[in-house]
Amino acid sequence: MTTGYSGPITFRGPGFVGEDAPALTDLQNCIHCGFCLPTCPTYIATGQELESPRGRLHLIRGVLDGKVEPTDSLLGHLDLCLQCRACETACPSGVPYGRIMEDARASIMDRGVTGRPFGWTLRSFVLRHIVARPKVLATIFGLGRIYTRSGLQSIIRGPLGRVLPEKLRTLESYAPVVGKSAYRDRGTLARPVDAKGRVALLTGCVHGELYPEVHHATVRVLDRLGFEVVAPPEQGCCGALHSHAGDAEAARDLARINIEAFEHAQVDYVLVNAAGCGAAMKEYGRLLRHDPAFAKRAEHFAERVQDITEFVAAQPFADVPLGPVSEDVTIQDACHLAHAQKIRSAPRQILNAIPGLRMHELDTPDRCCGAAGLYSMVQADMSRQVLAAKLEDVAHTGASIIATSNPGCSMQLENGFRRSGMRVRVQHVVELLDASYRAAR
Amino acid sequence: MRNPFRRSVEQALDASRTALASDLIAALGEQNVLWRAEDLIGYEYDATIDRRRPDAVVFPSTTEQVSAAIVIANAFGVPIVPRGSGTGLAGGAVPIMGGVVVVLTRMNRIVEIDPRDRVAVIQPGVINLRLQDECAKYGLLYAPDPSSQRICTIGGNIATNSGGPHTLAHGSTVNHVLGIEVVLPDGRVTYLGSRVPDAPGIDLRGVFVGSEGTLGIVTSITVRLQRQPEAVRTMLAIFESIEIASEAVSAIISGGVIPVALEMLDQEIIRAVEPRLHVGYPLDAGAVLLIEVEGLRESVEADAQYVVTACREMGAREVRTAESEAERARLWEGRKGGIGAIGAISPNFYILDGVVPRTQLPKVMAEVMRLSAEAGFRCANIFHAGDGNLHPNIMFDELVPGATQKVLDLGGAIMRLCVDSGGSITGEHGVGLEKRSYMEWIFSAADLEAQQRIRDAWGTGERFNPCKILPTGHGCGAGHEAEIRQHLATPGVYV
Repeated sequence: MTTGYSGPITFRGPGFVGEDAPALTDLQNCIHCGFCLPTCPTYIATGQELESPRGRLHLIRGVLDGKVEPTDSLLGHLDLCLQCRACETACPSGVPYGRIMEDARASIMDRGVTGRPFGWTLRSFVLRHIVARPKVLATIFGLGRIYTRSGLQSIIRGPLGRVLPEKLRTLESYAPVVGKSAYRDRGTLARPVDAKGRVALLTGCVHGELYPEVHHATVRVLDRLGFEVVAPPEQGCCGALHSHAGDAEAARDLARINIEAFEHAQVDYVLVNAAGCGAAMKEYGRLLRHDPAFAKRAEHFAERVQDITEFVAAQPFADVPLGPVSEDVTIQDACHLAHAQKIRSAPRQILNAIPGLRMHELDTPDRCCGAAGLYSMVQADMSRQVLAAKLEDVAHTGASIIATSNPGCSMQLENGFRRSGMRVRVQHVVELLDASYRAAR
Repeated sequence: MRNPFRRSVEQALDASRTALASDLIAALGEQNVLWRAEDLIGYEYDATIDRRRPDAVVFPSTTEQVSAAIVIANAFGVPIVPRGSGTGLAGGAVPIMGGVVVVLTRMNRIVEIDPRDRVAVIQPGVINLRLQDECAKYGLLYAPDPSSQRICTIGGNIATNSGGPHTLAHGSTVNHVLGIEVVLPDGRVTYLGSRVPDAPGIDLRGVFVGSEGTLGIVTSITVRLQRQPEAVRTMLAIFESIEIASEAVSAIISGGVIPVALEMLDQEIIRAVEPRLHVGYPLDAGAVLLIEVEGLRESVEADAQYVVTACREMGAREVRTAESEAERARLWEGRKGGIGAIGAISPNFYILDGVVPRTQLPKVMAEVMRLSAEAGFRCANIFHAGDGNLHPNIMFDELVPGATQKVLDLGGAIMRLCVDSGGSITGEHGVGLEKRSYMEWIFSAADLEAQQRIRDAWGTGERFNPCKILPTGHGCGAGHEAEIRQHLATPGVYV
């Protein structure tokens, strides 16, 4: 019998560099049992080991052990990961997958411009110079607002669309509808008499531009629950997307800005109504562990960060009169709420308390919708595949509203509903609670 | 200076590999073939210790594509290794001699569920739990339920003749497979068994199930379904020690009531599982038995009562009965996630699979613990006690010099103990690569030769998943020892 041909792979190195290199002790937790596979959206779509958490961990371990070169094609497998962290929920041995993936990406980024794929450099440029810059972002969304409000968008999506080239039309269909004025309030947002406590709100980057209503609803709900709400004007982008993309340096800078801003505000809690941001801010302690000036402060800060649903559900929120919201509602667990922050019951407690609201659970409410930050643009094909499964799941429930807790998910779902002609609205959980409070007599 | 001869050999091999890949791509399409070195690394493992990169990986979606891949591999004279989800615990899906790995995860259609005849026709890549879920819609059950059921494939279950907790009452996979479509080692397609039980002639279906991918590749499976039990009672009996719990196992069964499942979890496992999954196992228990009885509503109550009494008489500190379906699911979640939880408390562990007669359990378990302690390792036990099917998990750290060798030696000693106690070297995980050299403890040279001749009779047997099951074979015969030594040189992830 002839045996196979496969010989050794020559490793030219270096593999992972810098202080962010994935820890062997983290990787050792993986026992290759494969329990993560059926929960991974990209494994479900491809049936391929390399697009599964187990496969990616094996590749990362291979690079760490110096057994395989981190070629562009290998890094492509790491890139196809949504970082939804559903695998962490499924993992019986507690592999900190999200952390390993961020570390792996960061230590490839640390190799410098020549040592990493060009796309990664481009991505970090966009994140640093657009997403993390409120003024640039405001300008872009301002143009978008003119485009939407002038009626040009609806003309292009309507009658004019037919004469546009197919490619351009598809591209345009991904643009969000930027109808409402951005949320620009800062300072003290609510000051109820006899306030029970003082909390701060993260206003974020895209959130305030696209979904100002969510911030308004959040402030009204907290006001009703008796909390003074402030938004420190010095705060900025949380840096979650930078961390996910492996730009640890930028993420650390942003974290330091936020820690100082919120420390200055002297609040009991820092509340976040975007699950992705909350998850990242709860991990500031680890992010800044090598920074002697900030390590302790970051940990202390992270302990005070709470998701808005987590915070509200812990308050006697149902003692405030609730009015009817007569709607068929389903819920999408934002990945970074369910898998990263392990919060599942809080949003359901809130929705189930609303009179008249009929809850219809999805088959897989905690499976990613394919948004994943910039992923929907960078990995458009896979993102669409993952989204298609989600839309089908939503259609089966017959719900007319899908409740979620993250702006990325909202954009992705709205986009999907619009393109497939489904009449389903996307609302943040807190918006539904606010509607219920407002409907009370 | 590199050896010019070696370079020319490498170039020739590269050329062969390229030719192999391009033929496979021509037959199956580019999106169904992997050939880059860094991609092949994703298929060098299953859930065990062994690692070896294949030369190509194919993802067929039809029987014809499976056949085409086999014909091409034959033309190049390279090995063929079938693979499902890669959850095997004996190295069965590791392409230890290189060659073409045939991944069946894309053949994942449930073709038919016939609730009247109580059969289902499925493709080999269907996940065990998905079949269970679909059958449940008709009030039916596919009985084999390995602990990896949420990801393992039915094709893989056939390869290893998988069991699971409910094997005790319902039997293993071979008892539930009626017929299979098989692509033979020469690429021809045949059908073994039939849609109804007990096809006439020699039972080749029975020969195939459990052959660990050495006789061909299954492409369609007809399984027998049964009605879901009318009533189920799940109990958790808490004991001070694993020996007392082992005595209780025999006592329960000898009394005439055969539970459908009778599982043991020892203190190490409980302490790994409970803090993570919060399923309700008491942290101070020496061992617990998870016991399930099922049947008609009237009989189940009496059976459950009997089990409770028997456990108490054998010294159980407490026996709890699950009061709700949710509580029952939680108790089982601890069992199914138990092996994985060891990963959280130890950098590496080696999961063993052996069988002993049930009555030998107390003695054997005491001896397992003694051997482990003597070798200086912690050992966690979670296993199918009713079947006498043990799974000692030896915890270690591969980074400690010499630890891996000591663990493998200890594994061998425990297997020897099973054989000497009248048992065997595998209950359900299969022989694969891992246990080939132990086969000689059970079978004589003549027995092994007879098995080899069956393999030869199926065609180019040696090229079909080579070096699996039998300790002999051209090029594989150097034996397990040498292979283990080779693995020691390269740190890998051990299970």
